[in-house]
Amino acid sequence: MSVPNEGLTLKDVCILLDGRPLVHVSAHVAPGDVLTIMGASGSGKSTFLAYVGGFLDRVFAGMGEVYLNGVAIHDQPAESRRVGILFQDALLFPHMSVGQNLLFAIPPDIKAKSERQSMAEDALKEVGLEGLFDRDPATLSGGQAARVALIRVLLSAPKALLLDEPFSKLDADRRLSIRRIVFDLAKARNLPVLLVTHDADDAKAAGGRVIMPLEMAPDSNP
Amino acid sequence: MLKILTRAMLAGCLMIGAAKAADAPDPTNWPNLLTQAKGQTVYWHAWGGEPRINDYIAWAGREIEERYGVELVHVKVQDTGSVVSQVLAEKTAGTLDGGSVDLIWINGENFAAMKREGLLLSEGWANKLPNFQYVDVSGKPTVINDFTVPTDGLEAPWGMAQLVFFNDTAISTEVPTSMEALLEWSAANPGRFSYPQPPDYVGSTFLKQALYELVTDPTVLQQPADEADFAAVTEPLLAYLDKLHPHMWRSGRAFPQNTASLRQLMADGELEIGFAFNPAAASNAIANNELPDSVRSFVLETGTIGNTHFVAIPFNANAKAGAMVLADFLMSPEAQLRKQDPNVWGDPTVLDVKALPAAARKSFEELDLGVATLSPSELGIVLPEPHPSWMVELEKVWLARYGV
Amino acid sequence: MLKHIPALTLFFLIGPVLAGLMGVLLPAFGVLPSLGGTSLTLDYFQNILSTPGVIRSSFLSLAVGLITTAISLGIVMLLIAGWHGTRFFKLLQNLLSPLLSVPHAAAAFGLAFLIAPSGWLMRLVSPWATGVTRPPDWLIVNDPLALSMMAGLIAKEVPFLLLVSLAALPQSDLRRKTVLAATLGYGPVSGFFKTSFPLIYRQIRLPVLAVLAYATSVVDVAIILGPSTPAPLSVRLLQWMNDPEITERFRASAGAMMQLGVTALALLVWFAAEQLARRTGMRAINRGHRTFADQSLRRIIAVLAVISSAMVLAGIIVLGIWSIAGFWRFPDALPVSFTLANWSRQAMGLETPLQNTLTIGVAATAIAIVLTLACLEQETRSGKTATSRALVLLYIPLIVPQVSFLFGLNILVLQMGGRANVLLVIFTHVIFVLPYVYLSLADPWRAWDTRYAAVAQGMGHSANRVFWSVRLPMLLTPVLTAAAVGFAVSIGQYLATLLIGSGRFPTITTEAVALASGGDRRVIGVYALIQALLPFIGFAAALSLPALLYRNRRAMRANG
Repeated sequence: MSVPNEGLTLKDVCILLDGRPLVHVSAHVAPGDVLTIMGASGSGKSTFLAYVGGFLDRVFAGMGEVYLNGVAIHDQPAESRRVGILFQDALLFPHMSVGQNLLFAIPPDIKAKSERQSMAEDALKEVGLEGLFDRDPATLSGGQAARVALIRVLLSAPKALLLDEPFSKLDADRRLSIRRIVFDLAKARNLPVLLVTHDADDAKAAGGRVIMPLEMAPDSNP
Repeated sequence: MLKILTRAMLAGCLMIGAAKAADAPDPTNWPNLLTQAKGQTVYWHAWGGEPRINDYIAWAGREIEERYGVELVHVKVQDTGSVVSQVLAEKTAGTLDGGSVDLIWINGENFAAMKREGLLLSEGWANKLPNFQYVDVSGKPTVINDFTVPTDGLEAPWGMAQLVFFNDTAISTEVPTSMEALLEWSAANPGRFSYPQPPDYVGSTFLKQALYELVTDPTVLQQPADEADFAAVTEPLLAYLDKLHPHMWRSGRAFPQNTASLRQLMADGELEIGFAFNPAAASNAIANNELPDSVRSFVLETGTIGNTHFVAIPFNANAKAGAMVLADFLMSPEAQLRKQDPNVWGDPTVLDVKALPAAARKSFEELDLGVATLSPSELGIVLPEPHPSWMVELEKVWLARYGV
Repeated sequence: MLKHIPALTLFFLIGPVLAGLMGVLLPAFGVLPSLGGTSLTLDYFQNILSTPGVIRSSFLSLAVGLITTAISLGIVMLLIAGWHGTRFFKLLQNLLSPLLSVPHAAAAFGLAFLIAPSGWLMRLVSPWATGVTRPPDWLIVNDPLALSMMAGLIAKEVPFLLLVSLAALPQSDLRRKTVLAATLGYGPVSGFFKTSFPLIYRQIRLPVLAVLAYATSVVDVAIILGPSTPAPLSVRLLQWMNDPEITERFRASAGAMMQLGVTALALLVWFAAEQLARRTGMRAINRGHRTFADQSLRRIIAVLAVISSAMVLAGIIVLGIWSIAGFWRFPDALPVSFTLANWSRQAMGLETPLQNTLTIGVAATAIAIVLTLACLEQETRSGKTATSRALVLLYIPLIVPQVSFLFGLNILVLQMGGRANVLLVIFTHVIFVLPYVYLSLADPWRAWDTRYAAVAQGMGHSANRVFWSVRLPMLLTPVLTAAAVGFAVSIGQYLATLLIGSGRFPTITTEAVALASGGDRRVIGVYALIQALLPFIGFAAALSLPALLYRNRRAMRANG
């Protein structure tokens, strides 16, 4: 099988714990598409994302090949892969302001200070958070923090996006709107997206293909 | 090019010359020695338990820095024995020059040990120092016989000490002036007398003091202990202590650790009689707010032990010339006068005051020794220190019998 | 580079200890050629054993170590069992934490001034309540059974073990277990010992062993509060080392080995007691008794804890009063007059010791922090956490008696031609500072949420950038707290500074001990206060600096 030179390609990606396979996936995600991986907690979904992103805990053994836009990245260190990740917590750096969080994400090849600043402020405006540049992240509401986390990962100009149950901690109202924004912005940037979740609604909203590695039943009562 | 080379060689020769000279500072060529000493730093290891003595040492440091360009660092030690250990450790390790100790405040068994083991600068330098001419060698024989051990110029006398007792006259004016009287007094005032725990220096001195009075023939104490029938000589002392201890503070089951804590216990009212190896101790303590001004000194009828304390230079000292400059300054009439001033320290001089130049003599004679200090005539008979081996053996016997 | 740091760190820690032990091992068996000892002999051990009172001294050291440790551990565990989660507990915790920074010697002095028959307690109640105008002749301080010495040690070890245990609590899920046990009808204390204790104990075991080793070989507290007829082994060992008789060198070395043996024996006895406790504990669990005088035990322990912390606090206060006291006689509760003369007199001499204390303390702490961070970061990157065996190695400098190996280390340094210099002193301090820094930093470091790193790396930031820009700033408070702990440890070092520095680098602590030999309480008061104040400033800075830097960052404050 040849590797397409666009999108995220997984070839026999397998996660083992104590020699027991937890996950086994082979798939291709085209730019702008979402691949949803469903499974109960503890089924190795997060570990699977960590393997793709390069942050795998050494307790787990991972194997398999990962290609991004035709280039093998599974041997590269995490910082070279350009694969952004969103977790269920916003994980805004608590020692930085909202704006500093965003500036920290903007790639270093954009040098002009004014340009970086306006990029961050435009991104805030795009998700309806203008004027929050100097705010302490700890003072944001859950929905605001989730939106900042989203624009932060997008500002870092990733070539693919990994979503690790990013909506599960939000209440029902916010979950709908945030989910909408995430998928819209990812699509607008033409990013291949991997979503892991145990929530069937997330999978439906994502609209793409859904797989259950090792045929594990999705957890219907979150 | 040639010029530079010559200059470098010249400098090299000078340095070698300087190094040679530094190895053998010669106190008979004093101006030359002063040149060698200039710029040196003298590490003086001296007991640091008494703030007023520390202040005096700091003063001496400022003076020699100003006058001779010699820097003094007072290494405050808790126990002089540890300094002997340190020099020994250096010898053990082969540090034959550039050692860490330049001058030690020392006497008695520490001196005897260092002399025996060859840990001291071996040429007799102390009696060649310019100010040694004023030292009272005939009137104060202990300035050249440290605990009966001849000093051979290996240490320079610094000060005189004598065992002096004191009590609070506001409580009682009756004082025991003999060992037998002390026993009776203790029986009448249980728990109010104690002595520092041997091997504390002053505590061991108390044992020797008692031995002097209880022994039939005190002259045996001038010989090494192993030449006498030690058990027979010390038997009366042990019998005495057996009787004394039950009447003592804490019934002799605990002891003050040194003369300072003895004084402290007196200040607390736990003890009524104190003693120290310094005639000015009581006056000092009064000036220091430690003891009430009704405290007065007294000595024993048959005399009390007196000795001299010294400064010595280790064989591997780094700043030998500087150390000699300091030792000489400490013996100077000016430094000795200041040391005897009870407002400074109150430590009696090693000099022969009558032989001093007129001005210096006058200053000494006009010095007010302090309200609780006995005059030289009141101090009575000065008993010479027994041979150091007595102290060592007494400490062993004491430890086995009372210390465990 | 980073890869080799853990090995390098262990070398720094263990190398000097082993070398120091070698330095006394050979002379103990009579081998020290420069002193004429060339053949192996057991004479010096025989000599030691026949020294009067040496068996009793050793037994004292052993008993003090075991009893102190058992009582301290008991108080701490019963406190947590009976009071954790209450307002009283919070209060006590706040009261005890600052006591941790009070050096042992200062606390011991304070206690001695307090409990002596002419001490402050007696003065406070005399003569109006006791009728005495002269202090009674009671043997309290320096008692032959070492009761006051043990009291002093317990008062200092309780805060230490309490804080160590509190750090272990989150992992043991104490609250849920207590509730569960309570629903089964267990009293709080019984419930705790049957459910949580084994888990907590496993986590604090090494600190407990360190306390045990320390208490069997402590020197300064033993001199101040301990018996003197005879003194505990460590004190007598120091006397032999300081003896001008050259041959005592061999005996001192044999004594150092004997001290090592006493500490080892104490550990063995403790291990045996652990086994016994486990068996009887299991049987008790199986029997299922629900209460064991829970309520009264709870109250007794509260009283004990309050007394022990109040004693140290009152001791520090009375030290402070002595430092400004004019004439002060028994039975006056306060001095007749006050004066700052004691302070102004000492002020002149303080400059150098203060400078040395700060230089050595800051440098040793900085080295320890850098090595610790490097080890922890290497652990993160390699994915290998330190095994429990490596942790034991970390504790070696805390378990091998200082008196035993520093002396040998000194000889070694001299033999290698090293002069006393400040670098050697700093590195010797690192031996003792590093374990404490590592132990206080490792848990918060490992507890950090690594998903932050994933987020930052996903943005394209390197591991180094993540370390400097994210992890380190986020963990600033624990890093600074660990630094403050290290600084406090460095300030407390006496033997290490004295022996390795050949006395050339006087610090506040060496000066305090030297002046203490003069017995002047006013001077001791001045130095002990400074000694207690310096670490306190360190801790205050560690807490206030992040608060200042992150004053607009709520989450960072909650973190601290």
